[in-house]
Amino acid sequence: MALTAEERERFRKLCASLRRDMVDVTGWSGGAHIGGSLSMVEILVLLYWKYMKIDPANPEWEDRDRFVLSKGHGGLGHAVVLGRRGFFPFDELKAFNKTGSNLGMHLDSKKAVGCEVSTGSMGHGLSEALGMALGARVLKKSFRVFCVVGDGESNEGSIWEAAMAAAHFKVSNLVALLDRNHFMIDGNTEDVMSLNPVADKWRAFNWQVWEVDGHNLDALSDAIEAAIAWDKGPAIIICDTVKGKGVDFMENKAAWHYGGLSADLVAKAKASIGEE
Amino acid sequence: MAGVESTLTWTCYDATKLSAREIYGIVLSDLGAIRQDIVGLTADLAKSTQIGAFGDKFPDRFFNFGIAEQNMFGAAAGMAKVGLLPFVSTFSVFASMRACEFLRTDICYQNLNVKVIASHGGTSFGSAGTTHHALEDISIVRAFANLTVIVPADGYETAAAVKKCVEINGPVYIRIGRGFEPPIYKAEPEDFTIGKAVEMRPGTDITVIACGPTVYHAVEAAEILERDDHLSVRVLNLHTIKPIDEEAILKAVMDTRRILTVEDHNIVGGMGSAVADVIAASGKGCVFEKLGIPDVFTPHGYPEDLQHLFGIDADGIVNKVRAMMGREFEADESWEDEI
Repeated sequence: MALTAEERERFRKLCASLRRDMVDVTGWSGGAHIGGSLSMVEILVLLYWKYMKIDPANPEWEDRDRFVLSKGHGGLGHAVVLGRRGFFPFDELKAFNKTGSNLGMHLDSKKAVGCEVSTGSMGHGLSEALGMALGARVLKKSFRVFCVVGDGESNEGSIWEAAMAAAHFKVSNLVALLDRNHFMIDGNTEDVMSLNPVADKWRAFNWQVWEVDGHNLDALSDAIEAAIAWDKGPAIIICDTVKGKGVDFMENKAAWHYGGLSADLVAKAKASIGEE
Repeated sequence: MAGVESTLTWTCYDATKLSAREIYGIVLSDLGAIRQDIVGLTADLAKSTQIGAFGDKFPDRFFNFGIAEQNMFGAAAGMAKVGLLPFVSTFSVFASMRACEFLRTDICYQNLNVKVIASHGGTSFGSAGTTHHALEDISIVRAFANLTVIVPADGYETAAAVKKCVEINGPVYIRIGRGFEPPIYKAEPEDFTIGKAVEMRPGTDITVIACGPTVYHAVEAAEILERDDHLSVRVLNLHTIKPIDEEAILKAVMDTRRILTVEDHNIVGGMGSAVADVIAASGKGCVFEKLGIPDVFTPHGYPEDLQHLFGIDADGIVNKVRAMMGREFEADESWEDEI
C-alpha cells in the first residue's frame, strides 16, 4: 500500500531529524562515518518505522524480522535509528566511540541493543543475512531478513558468493537494499573499481531487481513492498543515493566518508538539513 | 600391468573407509536425529568430508554452498544467530585460511554456536601438495578468542569429540585427518573430556606430548624406547589445544623434566608453541623440544613418507628422544654464552 500523505510528511520530517542527530553524534564523538550514514536514512526509516516486524521492547522476539547492515561502517546511522526507534536511550549516543560505550563506529551485536549482527569488515553481512533467511526456512518461521549492502562493499567477492547462493537456494524471505551512493574512500566507485552495470550484475545472478531513487520515500516504499511480495527468489532494490545527503558541503564528497565536525560545522550542517 | 591398474581403480569418494571422516558422518547423522537444530554445511566437499551422510538423512537441513567457503562460514553465523546449530565441513586449509576472517569475525567474535569440522589436517592430503596441506591452521585459529580447538587422535576420538562439542554453547574447531591414519583407540573413549589431556602411557624419564595422528606414532616410539633403551616414556594425547590442559603439562614437567611435543603442523605457533607458553609462564625449567614441520612448505608425497621426512613418525620421535636424554641442565650460572 502506497504511503499516505500523513506517513509521507511524518517520515520526511523524521529523516531530517535523524540526519540532524547523525550530525550531532559526529560532533560529540570526534569523528564518524557520516557520509554513508546520511545516504541510507530513507531506507532505514521505511524499514524501521513501517515495514519490519519488530518490537523495540522485546528485541529478542524470535519471530521478528531481521536487519543486517552489511556496510557496517554505517554504524553511526544505524545507532541513531536504533536509539530513536526506542531500542536504547538516545543519550547512549553521547558516548559514541568512547571507551566503555556500548556504541562505536562498527556496532557490536553483543552490546548495541537491536543490532542483529556485528559487521564492519566488508562483504560479510549478506552471507549472514542469507544464513538467517535459510534458518527461517529450516525452522519453518515466516520472518524476513533485510540487508543493506554498500556499493564500495560490492567489490568484495564474498558479496557475489552470497548472491549466487541466495538465488541457488531460491531464498524469497531475503530483501537486499544496495545503498548506491557512488563513493568509496578513495573516490567515485567507477574510478576506483567499476561496479556498473550494477543492476545487470544482480539480474545475471538471478535476483529480482528494482531501481529507485533512494531518497524518494514513495518510490522506495513501492519497491520495498514489491520486493517483500516477490516470492520466487531473492530481491534487491538498487537505491540511487547521494553520499552525505542533506548536508550541502558533504554531498558527493568522498572525503566525508569519515570525518569530525567542529561546533561551527555542526551548526552549518544542521542548518543545511533544515526542518528544525 | 593392466590387471594391476584395474585393481587400483577408485574414485575420490572411496578413500574414506572407517576413517575419522566416515565416523564423523555417521555420528553427525545420529546426532541430527536427536538434535533437530543441527544443520550441515559444506562447500562441494559433501562426499570428501563425509557430511553428505547427514545430508542424505536430513536433506532439508543440509546445504552445499559450492566452492565458496567465505559465504558458507558467514551463512553458518547467520544460521546460528537464529537458533540453529551448524556443523560446517571443509578442508582445514580452507576453513582456517580461505574462510579465516569469516570464522574469526562472524563466528568467534559473536561467540556463535558453530562447529567446524576441518578435515585433511596437516600433511594428511600428502600427494595433493602444499596447497592442500594445513600446516598453519592450529596456529591461526587458536588465536581466536572464544574458540575451542580440538585435534582428535583418530576416528574413535573424533566420534567422542563430535558428540561432546555440542555441549559447548560456542564455536568449536575440530581438526581431523584425511582418514588413512591408523587408529590408536580400540573403541570410542567414553571418558573423553574437552580440555583434559589423556595419558596414553605412564612414564618418568620424558614426556612426549602429541595430538592428532602423532599420538599413534608417539605411543609406538614409547614402546620401542622402553624395549630397546629401557626408557620410561610418558605419552600425553593433548587433543584439546584450547583451552589447554595446563595441569597435565606442568605435572609432566615436574615428573619427567623432559618434554617433547610432536605435531603434524608447522612448529611455529602450533600445539608445541601452546605447550611452550604454559611451561615458560610457569617458571619451571625443563629440557624442551618441538617436532613438527620445521617452518618450510611441504612437498607432495605420501603422508607416511612426509611424516618420516620431517621426523614426526615413530622413528623420528625415537631419535629425538635419544638426543634429548643426553641433554642436561646447565650447572653454571653464567648466561654469557647464551645471550
